[in-house]
Parts: sequence; C-alpha cells; structure tokens
Amino acid sequence: MTDTLKNNRIARRFAKLEAENRAALVVYLAASDPDAATATALMQALPEAGADIIELGMPFTDPMADGPAIQKAALRALKAGASMANTIAQVYAFRATDQDTPIILMGYYNPIDTYGVDRFAADAADAGVDGVIIVDVPPEEAEEIHPALARNGLAFICLATPTSDDARLPQILKYAGGFLYYVSILGITGTATAASDAVEAAVKRLKAHTDLPIAIGFGIKTPESAATMSRIADAAVVGSAVIEKLAASLDAKGNATEMLIPNVTAFVGELAKGVRGARRG
Amino acid sequence: MGKTRIIAETGAGQHGVATATVCALFDIPCVIYMGAVDIARQQPNVFRMKLLGAEVRPVTSGAATLKDAMNEAMRDWVANVEDTYYLIGTVAGPHPYPLMVREFQKIIGEEAKEQMLKKEGRLPDSLIAAVGGGSNAIGLFYPFLDEPTVKITGVEAAGHGIDTPEHAASIGKGRPGVLHGSRTYLLQDDDGQITEAYSISAGLDYPGVGPEHSWLKDAGRVDYAPITDAEALDAFHKTTRHEGIIPALESSHAIAHALKVAGGLPKDHIILVSLSGRGDKDVDTVAKAMGTEL
Repeated sequence: MTDTLKNNRIARRFAKLEAENRAALVVYLAASDPDAATATALMQALPEAGADIIELGMPFTDPMADGPAIQKAALRALKAGASMANTIAQVYAFRATDQDTPIILMGYYNPIDTYGVDRFAADAADAGVDGVIIVDVPPEEAEEIHPALARNGLAFICLATPTSDDARLPQILKYAGGFLYYVSILGITGTATAASDAVEAAVKRLKAHTDLPIAIGFGIKTPESAATMSRIADAAVVGSAVIEKLAASLDAKGNATEMLIPNVTAFVGELAKGVRGARRG
Repeated sequence: MGKTRIIAETGAGQHGVATATVCALFDIPCVIYMGAVDIARQQPNVFRMKLLGAEVRPVTSGAATLKDAMNEAMRDWVANVEDTYYLIGTVAGPHPYPLMVREFQKIIGEEAKEQMLKKEGRLPDSLIAAVGGGSNAIGLFYPFLDEPTVKITGVEAAGHGIDTPEHAASIGKGRPGVLHGSRTYLLQDDDGQITEAYSISAGLDYPGVGPEHSWLKDAGRVDYAPITDAEALDAFHKTTRHEGIIPALESSHAIAHALKVAGGLPKDHIILVSLSGRGDKDVDTVAKAMGTEL
C-alpha cells in the first residue's frame, strides 16, 4: 500500500460534501453495458453530469439481488464480452480522465473467486478502485476476501437491510469500510420505494452503531426521491432507473444509439439537482 | 415462525407438487417458481400443482430451468421475508438449507437400510442414486456413509455426452465456485459465469450440486458417474417393459448406471437403487424422444 491515497477517495469525497452540506449522488452502471466503449465513455461523462461516486457493476449471469433492469444489463454486458479483465480495464480508462471520483465495484462472489481473490484485490486497487460491494458474501464468510481487500487499501462496503437488527449490525460493521449501504426496502433492486419516515428511523438506528457515512439504495427512482433520501442520509444510490434510461436509448438490435450518453447524463443531471437542492439542517 | 405464505422452486415438479400438497392441507397460499422450459416438459405436474391450489409462476430468465427458478424464488423471498417461508426443494442454497433438507431426506436411507436388513439380513454392497441438486441421493446415502463396506455412486446427467457442451455433470466436469449461497462444484466458464446445464430430465438440469456431495466427492467417499440421455431412455424403456414400473427420467439415470455395472459384479452382490420418482410425468418427453406425439 505505497499509495495511501488509493483508498481515501471515498473519505475525501464525503468530507468535501460535508463541507458543502449535502449528500452524495451515487450512480450505478454495469461494466461493458451495452458495450465496452460506450460504457467507458458513459462512465467518463458521469462526474460532469453530477455523479459524486460511481458504482460499477461486475456483470454476473445470476444476479440474485437484482431486479429486471440490472439483470438485463448484466446479460447485455456479457453478450458484449464483459469479463473481470474488461471491468478492470474500464476502471483504468476512467482513471485516465478522473483521479478524484470514488469507484466502487459491485457484484457477486463467483467471478472474483474465479479471477483469484488476491489477484482481484491487487488489480482493482492498481486500476484505481476504492471499494468493493459483494452482495453474496455475508459477514460469516468475510474472511474469504476482507484481508486481501484490506491489504490493498480497498474498502469492503457492507449492506444492511431492514431485517439487520441491533444484534446483527455489529457483525456486519466488524468488516465494513467506506460507507454503509442501507438497502432501504425488503426486496431486489429497482422495485419498491421505501417510505421516508421508515428510512429516517433506520438511519438514526444505524448512526447509533457506526460513524461511517450511510448510503440509501434499492428503490430510488426519481430526482424527488433522491432529494428526499439526501435529506435523511449521506448518500443516495440510483441504479435501475439509470439503467432504464440507458436501455431506452438502445436500437432494436440492442446497440447503443448516439442519444444514449446524452439521455443518461441528462437524467443523472436531474438526480444531481435533486440531491444538491436538498440542503440539510 | 409466524409465516403465512410458502414459496418454492421446482425443476421436474415433484417438489412443487409436494409443497402444493402441504399448502393445500394447511390452507396456506403457495407460489411455485418453475422454469418456462420445465413447465413445457412437465405439464402433468404443473396441472397437479394448480389442482392443489398453487400458483405456478413461469421463469423465463437464463435457461428457464431449475437454477433460474431458484434465483426468482430467492428474489421473492427477500422481498417477502416477513411473512414468507422459502421451502427449498434440494440440498443446495445457503446454510442451513442443505443440512435441513438432508435431515428430512435421510428417512429414505434409514427405511431402505431397515428393510434391507429385514429382507436380506445384511447391508447392500452398493448404492446408486441420481444427482441433480442431490436431495434424494443424499437422503439414501447419508445413513450408509459410515458403513465402509457399502460402495456409493451418485449419477449425474451427461445429457448429450460429457464431452459436449450439453450436460449437467457439475461434479464430473465443473469446478468449485459459489452460487446460491454454497461453495460447491459448478458448471462455469473461465470468467466465473455460470453456464447452462442440459439434461432430458428436468430434475437433473442444474449447473450446481448440493455442497455435501462436493464434499463427499473430495473426501473420496462417494463416486460420481455420468449417464447420457440415451442411456437413461434405454433404462426407462427396460424398466417399464421388464418390471412394469415406469420410472422418472431422473431415476432412470440411476437405473442405467446399475445396468451398466451389474454385469461385472458377482451374483450375490446387492445393488440398492433409488427409484426417486415415477415416470408418468415424463411420458410426453419420452414420446417426443421416440419421435411420436401423444
């Protein structure tokens, strides 16, 4: 870990936004969706459009926690040749144009296991990744990967849900770094939207357990709901709604049209406006 | 547990019918996830589930078979965990499911052992059972694992052949990975993406296998052998014509392996084969394989 700044982008970004008295907009897209070149160009355009943190999905054939939008994104990406090596290449390409925006890789364990946990952690850190979310690695199995991530200065970003009670939270937080990702609904990505008072109570409960920033995800679809969640938490994550804009900008054969990047960045701009307009007390 | 709704996944439909039966008995709402391909080839069981009052939800993602049905059931479960119990149908999934299902299924081996001792006065020399997820097999094997004289073989579906891309031999041709909350042998590509399994039998058409089978393979206690569609169909016909028993296509894989090895064994060698299901549900598929329609 010679470059100690590697894993500090997340903390620096939250500190900067804290000074601006606002929450972060976290935008999800899947690597190589709908193809490697378009996905890279789109990712490079996101910070300018208003994304404060980028979550890059590592495509997997069996995304059990994801709804239809992200399932389809993964299949499009795999059809276009997505692989762990290509995902990491996309991060390198992004870092050539942006040194400050935190990048979180999000996905499932099997492709990482296949790539090799140590190799994955080293290559991701070298490319400029700051944190990793692995949906199907619970705290009981965190020793599989947490040490390798820690050695390489990568945050292991953990998920809490409405069913994570006060007994469970300390187990999750034992390994958690970067920020705590609160899954605000029971269910999969891009389906229901949580009631804001329930989320507010949950965030209060989480804050009693941790000093990590709290991000709210699963179910934020509009600039309005992004604004609402931004008043409550430290970050709002939008995935499926962004992917739906992308999918709506494909031609009949599933290829990117020239409207894809403008359409998606325009939507991210609206989300950013919602988040930035939601000044907190 | 306070659960008022039950969901399950099913491949061949056997577990779906069993679940729907329990739900009918206790008057509990029941949703069964089943791959669209499996729905098409297991119509009798789909109809049975509906008669029993279950809602059968077709799953069209992926290969539209058992693995995809399991993904959808898990997605339903996380959304409805407060009132819903997920009744997994095989010895796969996250802990403690493989353990629980094995504990329930081991009645097969316990009863078989008792009956064998009563009838033959000794243990069988070998056991053979078909393995998809592996629940009937683990149920038969488990009570015999500590009997060193009993040779145990699990039979995987070799589909069109294990040297073709179309088979479901996770142990024979896969490598270890993580899916549905278990580390186990999986059919997957070089990038860790799960590949689609294939078998003529809907119940064996799964790219993984219960983790305890993977452990038994690595421990050297159980051997796993492949049987192709053609061999299973041949066993299906032979059992039907010679025994008057129409076996399920899943079970036909186990019978085929017994037929394959029996000729080389002594006369007094006792083979215990798990006939895990009946083949009424498969007559459409068999007719198609024979080039006719019912």
